[in-house]
Parts: sequence; structure tokens; C-alpha cells
Amino acid sequence: MAVSVRHVAMRRLGNVVFVGFCGAVTAIALTALVMILYSLVSQGLAGMNLDIFTKSTPAAGTPGGLINAIVGSIMMSIVGMVIALLIGVLAGTWLAEYAGDSKLGAVVRFLNDVLLSAPSILIGLFVYEMLVFPFKTFSGIAGGVALALLAAPVITRTTEDVLKLQPTALRESGVALGAPVWHVIRTILWRGAANGILTGGLLAFARISGETAPLLFTALNNQFFSWDMRHPMASLPVVIFQDALTPYPDLNKLAWAGALLIAAAVLTVTVVARAFSKESKR
Amino acid sequence: MSTALNARPRRTAPRGFAFEPIFRALCFSAAITLLVTLGGVIVALAIGGWPAIAKFGINFVIGATWDPSPDHEVYGAAGPIIGTLITSAAALMMALPVAGGVAFFLVELCPTFLRRPIGTAVELLAGIPSIVYGMWGLFVFAPFFAKYVEAPLMTAAPAGSIWEAVFSGIPNGSGILAASIILAIMILPFMAATLRELLNTVPAAVRESAYGLGATTAEVVMSVTLPYVRRGAIGAVMLGLGRALGETMAVTFIIGNSHGFPKGLFDSGSTIASTIANEFNEASGLQSAALIALGLVLFVITFTVLALARLMLRTQAKG
Repeated sequence: MAVSVRHVAMRRLGNVVFVGFCGAVTAIALTALVMILYSLVSQGLAGMNLDIFTKSTPAAGTPGGLINAIVGSIMMSIVGMVIALLIGVLAGTWLAEYAGDSKLGAVVRFLNDVLLSAPSILIGLFVYEMLVFPFKTFSGIAGGVALALLAAPVITRTTEDVLKLQPTALRESGVALGAPVWHVIRTILWRGAANGILTGGLLAFARISGETAPLLFTALNNQFFSWDMRHPMASLPVVIFQDALTPYPDLNKLAWAGALLIAAAVLTVTVVARAFSKESKR
Repeated sequence: MSTALNARPRRTAPRGFAFEPIFRALCFSAAITLLVTLGGVIVALAIGGWPAIAKFGINFVIGATWDPSPDHEVYGAAGPIIGTLITSAAALMMALPVAGGVAFFLVELCPTFLRRPIGTAVELLAGIPSIVYGMWGLFVFAPFFAKYVEAPLMTAAPAGSIWEAVFSGIPNGSGILAASIILAIMILPFMAATLRELLNTVPAAVRESAYGLGATTAEVVMSVTLPYVRRGAIGAVMLGLGRALGETMAVTFIIGNSHGFPKGLFDSGSTIASTIANEFNEASGLQSAALIALGLVLFVITFTVLALARLMLRTQAKG
């Protein structure tokens, strides 16, 4: 019997160690992440002022803001999202409604998953070779396309998933009324899946708005305010990257303010997306 | 059902049918665009990098000299390749136990009122752009790390011992180990969130029967729930590894960016992604071919890891 008592004691001890370990690492992880958020918010707020939203990026030592980068980021994200929504929703629809169990469907699905988590810097290199090198200039359009290629797989995946959740009876009743399949998809299925697709779009938007690597070789940067997407364009992530690596405290401060802006935008969009997905589940 | 009736799809005139093949073709071409993109990435990287691969052959991958000076251009990428593999593996080793611990804590141990807030926080943090982690690493972590970890360890290491070699480098806070730690912090929320989602798919009956047999929490997790989601968990871990391998910004800020082999934990090094990010815009000719070839190497590595991960996650979803 003594053996069995010791056995139980050992099991108890093992459990205490395990539970202690899980609690401890959770505490450590949360502390680290809270510290990151704390520096982000405190340093970012310290650098925040009205100039950020009214002036363009400065040279070191002169006052300036981030408005060219903010506008550039927004414009390229919009171009990226428009292209990505077009490709993503249609491709997701094909996968869910037309591909069925076909081999090609399985291949597309699998490679879309790979594309979904491919290193973004490689997408940047690809777009550089396609749109920057041949036209001999970095451009906001190339930046937008690079962002689109990052967002499209996310939207494809979500669109396929939510369309598959729509009941088959919906499709059948539409077709039974004499509507062509594309009409059923457009007026019934897309409408039913709208919330889910919107969630996917918002998550994709959150993903691309913080991307830096693919913009380095496509949109490059621009010291001045510009609406012209045929030429190099500033973006928040790239400005942060360059300003953070300079030895000038005022540029570092600007980088923190930009980082706070991006993080706040991403968090807001994610929270909104979560609210939408909850609504569609209800 | 009632929504279907209320939506009342209008009866279309027969000509509506004419658009069916067009719509179908549109959807199909969108799907093919995705295929072509992935294929295009491979082809573009292979063509763009070919001059470097043709010139250096196998030495491109095993050579350790990366010298862009125009008189004697030599590109051997062993340094960045090894740097990528070491930092990612180290980051994974550090992040995995912590992510596992967080996921187990949230699923098995956490008081119910804390479960949602902590779970949501972890999920939100997984979406923070990597450049934020990089900046924190550069401005907050590196000075701390240099002062309280690197310098003391380097002074404490006995001269001539193995520790002196392990801890060699410049105590400025950036280097291989610092980059690994930042990478680990970056992939941590993502891995924890995925593992938690997986563990939540274990049916309550399975977990309850294990507890009912008198198993302790540790035994339930280790011998019941974790084996239940084994393949999916491996897939999630490899997705985390894929992120670490391809991460550019979090690493570029803090790895030190020097090309040779790193000699110690605190020595500066480089990864494939950081090398490309630092040099591509100033490169031309053979150097830019070499950088694109480097991208091809990264693609092959991550593609293998991601493909394996996706295959495993897919089998999990099926059965």
C-alpha cells in the first residue's frame, strides 16, 4: 500500500507543478504583452500632437507630422482592399459553389492556404518584379497591389467558409423558383453571408494596414504629400521603419506616434470585426 | 427558411441565364488568379535570382562570404540562412512551452470570469503589427537586455571556458538571442490563440470522463486533450514557425545585421528577410539577383513548413 500512497503523492505533486507552470507562464506572457502596450501608448501619446495630422514627414530637427504617410496608407489600403474583395469574394464563391469536390478546387484551396501565410516580403519582391522594375518607378499602385495579394487569400477563405454555412435549402428554393444559379448566389447567398464576408474583409484590412515589408520595394516612401499613385508614396509602416532606425530623438518620437496610430486602427477594426461575427452567429 | 421566402427572388427573364456562364467564368478566373499569383511568385523569384544561382551554384547556399563591394562580388548566403533557422528555432523553443501553458491555463484552469477577457486579449494581441514588436525590441528591450543580461553574463563567464564562447558578442542589446526573444514574444499570442481554439474543440464528454476516472488536471491535458488535438497542434506550431521564418520587421530592428556566421548568442547576425529588407533598395545587378535568389531560398523553406502545417491541420479537421 505504501507504494500506492507514494504514487498518489507523486501524481499530486506533478499536478501542482503543472498547474503552477501554466499559471506562471500565463502571468509572464501577459506581463510582457502589457509592457509592450504600455510603452506603445505612453511613448506614442508623448509624440502625439496636432502637427501629426496637418504636416508631412520632416527632416530631422524640423517640426513635422505624418499626414502624407497617413493618407498614403489609407489610399493604398483602399486600392488593396478593392482588388482583394473583388478577387477574394469571387474566388471564394467559386470554391464554395462551383468547385465542389473537384481536384482543381482542392488544389486552389490548399495553395490559397499557403499564400495566406507566405512571408509578406516575398510578395513585395514579386510585385517589384512585376510592376516596379518594368515601369522603372516605385508607385503607390504597386504598393496597393502588393497589399491586395496579402488580403485576397484571407477574404477567399472567409467567403468560402461562410457560403458553405448557408443551408442547401436556400439554394434549392431559389433554383426551384426558376432563378439561374448566379442569380441565386448574388441575391440570396451573398446577402445571407454578408456579415461573414464583411468580417473577413475587416480582418484582412487589419492585417494589411500594419504591413511594412511588401511596401518597402513597391511604394517606397515619399517625403512630401501626394495623391498621385503613379509615383512613390509614403505609408505609416515604412515611415515608422525609417524614422525608428535614425539616431534622431524627434524622428523616433514620430515613429512611436505612428506605431500607436497603426496599432489603434488595427485594434479598432479587429474589435468591430468581432462584433460583426458575433452578430451573424446569433 | 423564412428569410428565403421573404427575400422573394424575382423570376428572371430567360436572358438572365445568359449571364450564368459569364459569372461562372468570372468566379473561376478569380480563383485561377490566386493560383497564378503563387506560381508567379516562384517563377519571378527563380528568374530574377537565376544570375546569382548560375554564377555561384551550390556555393550560394553553403558559402559564408557575402561581399557586395563591386571589385570582387561574392555572395554566399549561409550566414543569413543559418541565422533564419537559428532564430526561428530558438523562438519556437521559447514560445511553445509558454503558448502551451497559456492555452492550458485558459481552457482548464482559468476562473470563468477571467476566461473571456484574457482570451480576447490574447487574440487581439495576435493582430498587432510586427513592426510594433520590432520597435519595442529596439527601444525598450535592447537597452534592458544589454544592461541586465548581456553585460553581467559576459563578465561572469570564466575566461577560456565554453561559456565565454557562448556569450561572446557585443553587449549592445542586439544580436541573435535578442532577436529570437522578440520573435518568440511576437508569435506567442498567435500560437496561444490557435492552441486554445483547438483545445476548445475537444468534446466536454471526453474531458469529463477523464476527470471522472480521477485523473489530475495535468494528466487530463497531457494524456487526453492534447493527444486528441495532436495533429492540429503540430500544424499550429508549424504555422507559428512559418511566421517566424518569414518575419521581417520584428527581426530587422534588433538582429544587428551583419552577414557572417554568428559566433555566439549575443553576436549580431542576419536573417534572409532582414538582409533583403536592408539591401534590396540599394542593390543593383548581381547583388539584387543574389537577394532575389535569397528570397527563393526563403520561399522553399517556408513553403515546405507551411504545406506540412496545412496538411496536418486539414487531417485534423476531417477526422
